[in-house]
Amino acid sequence: MNPTQVPNSFTELNLADEKIKIEVNDLKLYYGESQALKTVNMHIPEKRVTAFIGPSGCGKSTLLRCFNRMNDLVDSCRIEGQIIMDGQNIYDRSVDVAELRRQVGMVFQKPNPFPKTIYENVAYGLRLQGVKDRRILDEVVETSLKGAALWNEVKDRLHDNAFGLSGGQQQRLVIARAIAIEPDVLLLDEPASALDPISTLKIEELICELKDRYTIVIVTHNMQQAARVSDYTAFMYMGNLVEFDATNKMFTNPSQQQTEDYITGRFG
Amino acid sequence: MDKLNLTKHISSQFNEEIELVRNHIMAMGGLIEQQLSDALNAAATSNAELAQQVIANDLVVNEWEIRIDAECTRIIAKRQPAASDLRLIMAIIKAISDLERIGDEAERIAKVALESFSSAQQDLLVNLDNMGRHVAQMLHEVLDAFARMDMEAALAVYKEDKKVDREYEAITRQLMTYMMEDPRSIPKIMNVLWSARALERIGDRCKNIAEYVISFVKGRDVRHTDEDTLEQRARE
Repeated sequence: MNPTQVPNSFTELNLADEKIKIEVNDLKLYYGESQALKTVNMHIPEKRVTAFIGPSGCGKSTLLRCFNRMNDLVDSCRIEGQIIMDGQNIYDRSVDVAELRRQVGMVFQKPNPFPKTIYENVAYGLRLQGVKDRRILDEVVETSLKGAALWNEVKDRLHDNAFGLSGGQQQRLVIARAIAIEPDVLLLDEPASALDPISTLKIEELICELKDRYTIVIVTHNMQQAARVSDYTAFMYMGNLVEFDATNKMFTNPSQQQTEDYITGRFG
Repeated sequence: MDKLNLTKHISSQFNEEIELVRNHIMAMGGLIEQQLSDALNAAATSNAELAQQVIANDLVVNEWEIRIDAECTRIIAKRQPAASDLRLIMAIIKAISDLERIGDEAERIAKVALESFSSAQQDLLVNLDNMGRHVAQMLHEVLDAFARMDMEAALAVYKEDKKVDREYEAITRQLMTYMMEDPRSIPKIMNVLWSARALERIGDRCKNIAEYVISFVKGRDVRHTDEDTLEQRARE
């Protein structure tokens, strides 16, 4: 290192320079009479980690669920506006929802492995697609478990029941299951909130490793977690997107007073 | 004060911790002001006793620095401050090291008082005293700006430093004339020159603290720029 030249140790991210993976245009969402999302517009950059933060009931999980149309499963839910992924409005009639959910994987707050072996959990998606070749399955299971940083811990007991794993291991197994079918986007809905601190750090480390290959959107109640893992942070409040900017900017000098109050723990 | 919203955290303990560290830096600032004023008085009146007191008190200044530093470290470790809270803590950590150095300069000035000057040489001390009052006022104003995080006041202090620099140059020229006239007085005059130099340095440090205030308010670093750029950035 040349001491007479100060290196630029920060890579300042700027949304304008990013390739956009998901474009949300004038999205409004109603549960029956109540409006959960009020005209949300945002661009989610490709191969970056985007975090949604905000108090309970602000609409962040609702927005996350829009990205793989999980809200379709709620009867009273009505959606206006567009979500464009790779040039296609995912709410278009012609969209195959099963195919969309293959492209957009999701991991929930509580680990939800299937009551099967570790191996079968990861191979599940492929089997569903009709893959029977043992060699291919073996390979995908190994690479997915390696990708989810779980391989070394489970390689000798792949055929044990997945419920025998710890909570943190189960959550990484679920992530392995999600990446086995090679999605483009990974949605994480509070993936670490039910885990102990060490498992949490492992999940966070995993997120950083996965972002080279996937566009990751994470909802978290833990603000410091958003600060640690994300490249961009969106702050939502009462169904509005209040501020969306590079995480470094959001956590050192946010533009909106509401963001400032929330981030510094002055809310309510 | 209320503008800073410092007491609005959900965690009342966090409010108290931040309030405490702010009170402490203000107390430290008050002590430094007292030290500078005592040092100037001691030098102007050749009051050796007062000078000794300033020298002894510098140890207390050092203790303040260590104490406040530790308090800030704890807040960072326990509270992970963000946004304006983080900027405030960073500003405090930087400001206390400047304050501590101002304390050292005050001590240096006090040491001049331990020298005895002939009545003819007393004239030298008058100009030094004037510059001292000016710098003391600057210190007072920058501490006030820091307490209120008042950017306009900080900008005023920032600009004031130029005048102090000019006063320093004038005193230097004058002292050189004296030295040429009476070479035997050189050792004593050197002491006065060091004091003037100390005052000039205090002005610079007040300017640093003014920069921290502007950085806090604007959320961007404004150090190492010229006056026009700084003012432009501050007002953007």
